[in-house]
Amino acid sequence: MSRLRASRFGGQETLDSVAGAKTRARDTRAHVVPTPIRTRLLKTVAGFGVLLIVTCVIAPLVGSSPISLARVFDRSIPFSENVDAQIFFVARMPRVVAGVIVGAALATAGVVFQALLRNALATPFTLGVSAGASLGAMLAIVLGATISAGPLSAVPLACLAGAAIAAAIVYRLATMQDRAMSTTVLLLAGVTLNSFFSALIMFVQYIADFSQVYRAARWIMGDLDVGSFEPIMAALPMLAIAFAMFAWLPSSLNLLSVGADAASARGVDVGRTQRLAFVSASLATAAAVSLAGPIGFIGIVVPHLVRLIIGVDHRLVLPASALFGAAFLVVCDLAARTLLAPLEIPVGVITALLGGPFFLWLLVRKG
Amino acid sequence: MVTGPKRLIGLAFVAVLVFWAAPPATTQQRPAAAQRIVSLVPALTEMLFAIGAGPQVVAVSSYDEFPPEVKSLPKVGALLDPDMERILALRPDLVVSYGSQTDMQAQLARAKIRVFSYRHAGLNGVFATLKDLGDAVGRTTDSERLSREIRSGLDAIQARVRGRPKPRTLLVFERDPESLRGVYVSGGVGFLHDMLGIAGGVNVFADVARESVQPSVETMLARAPEFILEVRATGLLAGADVTQAKRVWGVLASVPAVQQGHIQILTGDHLVVPGPRLVQGTEAFARALHPDAFK
Repeated sequence: MSRLRASRFGGQETLDSVAGAKTRARDTRAHVVPTPIRTRLLKTVAGFGVLLIVTCVIAPLVGSSPISLARVFDRSIPFSENVDAQIFFVARMPRVVAGVIVGAALATAGVVFQALLRNALATPFTLGVSAGASLGAMLAIVLGATISAGPLSAVPLACLAGAAIAAAIVYRLATMQDRAMSTTVLLLAGVTLNSFFSALIMFVQYIADFSQVYRAARWIMGDLDVGSFEPIMAALPMLAIAFAMFAWLPSSLNLLSVGADAASARGVDVGRTQRLAFVSASLATAAAVSLAGPIGFIGIVVPHLVRLIIGVDHRLVLPASALFGAAFLVVCDLAARTLLAPLEIPVGVITALLGGPFFLWLLVRKG
Repeated sequence: MVTGPKRLIGLAFVAVLVFWAAPPATTQQRPAAAQRIVSLVPALTEMLFAIGAGPQVVAVSSYDEFPPEVKSLPKVGALLDPDMERILALRPDLVVSYGSQTDMQAQLARAKIRVFSYRHAGLNGVFATLKDLGDAVGRTTDSERLSREIRSGLDAIQARVRGRPKPRTLLVFERDPESLRGVYVSGGVGFLHDMLGIAGGVNVFADVARESVQPSVETMLARAPEFILEVRATGLLAGADVTQAKRVWGVLASVPAVQQGHIQILTGDHLVVPGPRLVQGTEAFARALHPDAFK
């Protein structure tokens, strides 16, 4: 197992332990016959999948008001008269579904950004995408915008626009000098853009009035109470595209997280992988933020938790993070809506309060 | 971007969100009646004018809109951005401020300027504030008269709706346009809650001891209000009308208010400023909840 406990980022050991099957076959230093990746993937997905399913079955059954399951599925009562069914299908189910997709999106985007930037501290919000999205949302709130497109109302729409602008600026800057992306430029441009957008957000808040500032501040804490499936359906196509792109990434990310040169020496099209990683992770982040606000902590805690449990191979980490991120956010939202009922705790507060200590405990225990 | 009426919504929010229920306003040692008053609290500006101290007011906050006389007065910032230099330059002998403006109050104390510190606190707080304010500006009898007027106005409304069934009401003062997200309603403390009670309604969130509650869709379904009353300081919901509101609330099909179409939007800053006009605001609530009582 020593091969799997290799340092999480960088280092020849990591490369040897996680490089593709071709490398492994030639690796004469292997003492243990490695379990085939397919078996491990199956085990991982099964394990985390069961966790997610259990979470998703329990979550809609619990809430601030007691409901009777028998009544929920009692067809003899018309839906518009059936409070229990309304609570189950209108209030709780959309929340659980939103939690699943937002949690999965943020956790996987975190994994991809950490590999792309070769930085353990990277999050989906590192490269300015969420700051751009937040500025968009803020402007929509302050200007009282009422534009809408299909199921997308003003705030999510402005959010996506802001995210797209931020991502485009960072991408353009990072690809200006040569064909491949410069990780350093990407990181610095992203962090700078983050500060720049944050300053703009502060300015917009300062000239706004109280109700708007309050709404904007509340939006930043994250909220999964979407109230219907409509906003979820609006975010779903973007997430589907992002996840389809993620599927191409794991093996290349394994090599990329070691270094661009090493990856390219082993036949990875570095430029293409970087672009794919950047675009897919930005898309997932933008979709998640537009649906539920910038819920923090998932993008950094979930990937690291998963790595502590199953090791660093992206072929396992990506799907496991998606499943675990989803389960984690659903549980956090469950806590958010029940702990102080009938009051709610912003879910972003819970993710940090639950995730932080849990992560530290795991870190110390593993260490 | 920051238009006049919008600032009033801001004020409403200060009223409803920023402050918790707090002890009634207090004055700090008080010698002669103030002659040059700077008022940073719109509700108290309204009170000052209503008790005849208008001529003594030399400047108001940037949120002040009422009475019309304030429009010609200098604006010297507000809750978060009081313009200390301009306030000092106006040489006031009394500054009416929010209780949370402690830095400014300390500065004023160093400049030996008297401070009237105020925090929002339900209907009773309004009467306590009126009394203290009247004393501070040498208008005690006028403030007592105004208190009596407000009380009798509220009593008259209460008498009109007496004996009628009290609808369980969801009192909404903020909501995202076009959706049921970002909904804020009145909890069981504060002047909005008190006004609703006098207007013959029962607050469905009366048990939550807060001025504002952000209820989830689930809680709103579970509380099943018989009436949904949305108050807006101004037309924040652009093009908002009852039809649109009914469509948005229509998602909560099992809620009695939705089934019976008992959803109303009231607009006007008198609904959300805890000043002398709260009788008008309360009457607007009562007319919405009990239209028959006013025929």
